[in-house]
Amino acid sequence: MTEEALKDLLYKIADDQLILGHRNSEWTGMGPLLEEDIAFSSMAQDKVGQSLAFYTLLQELGEQEPDIVAFTRNAEQFHNCQLVELPSGEYDFSLIRHFLFDHSELIRFQMLAECPVEEVAQVARKLKGEVKYHVMHANTWVKQLASANDEANTRMQKSLDYALPYALGIFEASKFENDFIEAGIYPGEKAIETKWKENIALVLEEAGLKLPNWSEIKPVYGGRYGKHTKHLQPLLTEMSEVFNVDPTADW
Amino acid sequence: MIHTKEDILSLLKEVKDPEIPVISLVDLGVITGIEIDKEHVTVNMTPTFIGCPAMDYMKSDVVEVLNKHGITDHTVNLNLKTTWSSDLISTEGKQALKKFGLAPPPVHNNMIEDLDILEHAECPNCDSTETTLKSPFGPTLCRSLHHCNNCGEAFESFKPI
Repeated sequence: MTEEALKDLLYKIADDQLILGHRNSEWTGMGPLLEEDIAFSSMAQDKVGQSLAFYTLLQELGEQEPDIVAFTRNAEQFHNCQLVELPSGEYDFSLIRHFLFDHSELIRFQMLAECPVEEVAQVARKLKGEVKYHVMHANTWVKQLASANDEANTRMQKSLDYALPYALGIFEASKFENDFIEAGIYPGEKAIETKWKENIALVLEEAGLKLPNWSEIKPVYGGRYGKHTKHLQPLLTEMSEVFNVDPTADW
Repeated sequence: MIHTKEDILSLLKEVKDPEIPVISLVDLGVITGIEIDKEHVTVNMTPTFIGCPAMDYMKSDVVEVLNKHGITDHTVNLNLKTTWSSDLISTEGKQALKKFGLAPPPVHNNMIEDLDILEHAECPNCDSTETTLKSPFGPTLCRSLHHCNNCGEAFESFKPI
């Protein structure tokens, strides 16, 4: 497997985490209740810290330093899936997005924990323990809200239906898909997707939410190749505002 | 001067977690190895949580304590070669956490499957297990929020991970 392929994998993981971490942080001070305000803030801190671990691996492979990579690229240079860049919206959408994304992330890290590239495996082994808490948090609240009352259930279902095509975009195939599988880096996006569908179905069924027929959902692809919604650039502009005041400042 | 591993470990007992100043880094389990090569001392550390802002402080505190004791020929590494687990917290460390008012993490042997493991944390104030998990996320990445149904106090627990 080439270094280019490995970079492609690390960039999409890191960019997903940085962007979702930023979106999660938008709940700081705005959470519907104090515990959720803290939870989304903690998950934001985890995700941004996790992205730093991957940007650091990229730096070791010859890429620019993490701050430069995080704060100076334009939208089309980001490899995150479109799901993570969508506006936070109402709490029901943020929760559903967090549920759908973190389930995929946990499977990804469980698989990458066995990766023959030891540096990647070490980070994955570390992160699967942290992301497990994100998944457990999401499961608890999805079940709780979806079974609360009719309005809550309706809103959760609506957010789920809206998010699913984007969520399938998490698994958009890389052009190096076969290289990863052949080198045993991880079993590939299709394998994550299959396991993800099983895992989320168990929770959604218990929550009383309906999964549509998968064959009727058209995945929203493009993010992995730099095609983004109109929502990403404003997010990046806001995120890098302080950095750009003085890019040479020593923090 | 040649130091032994034991010398270095006992010096590092001085270094406390900046956010939980009652527990040393040694008892917290983040010091994963000490190597002595003639006069050169290498200390290996691993982060509790990867986004934990206290890690850089911990590392510089280790450097400071070594320097203070005249050990200037040293390398302090912070890496993920050993994955930290709350099971690495020593018995002494767990007692210190409890005294500080933080419920110590239960031993989990890497078998955390759902939040049940946090559901009945032992209240550090009255030892009751009639407690309720309020949130798996607390004021720092390593803590969760609980309520004791027995003594009525709110308390925090160090999360099993």
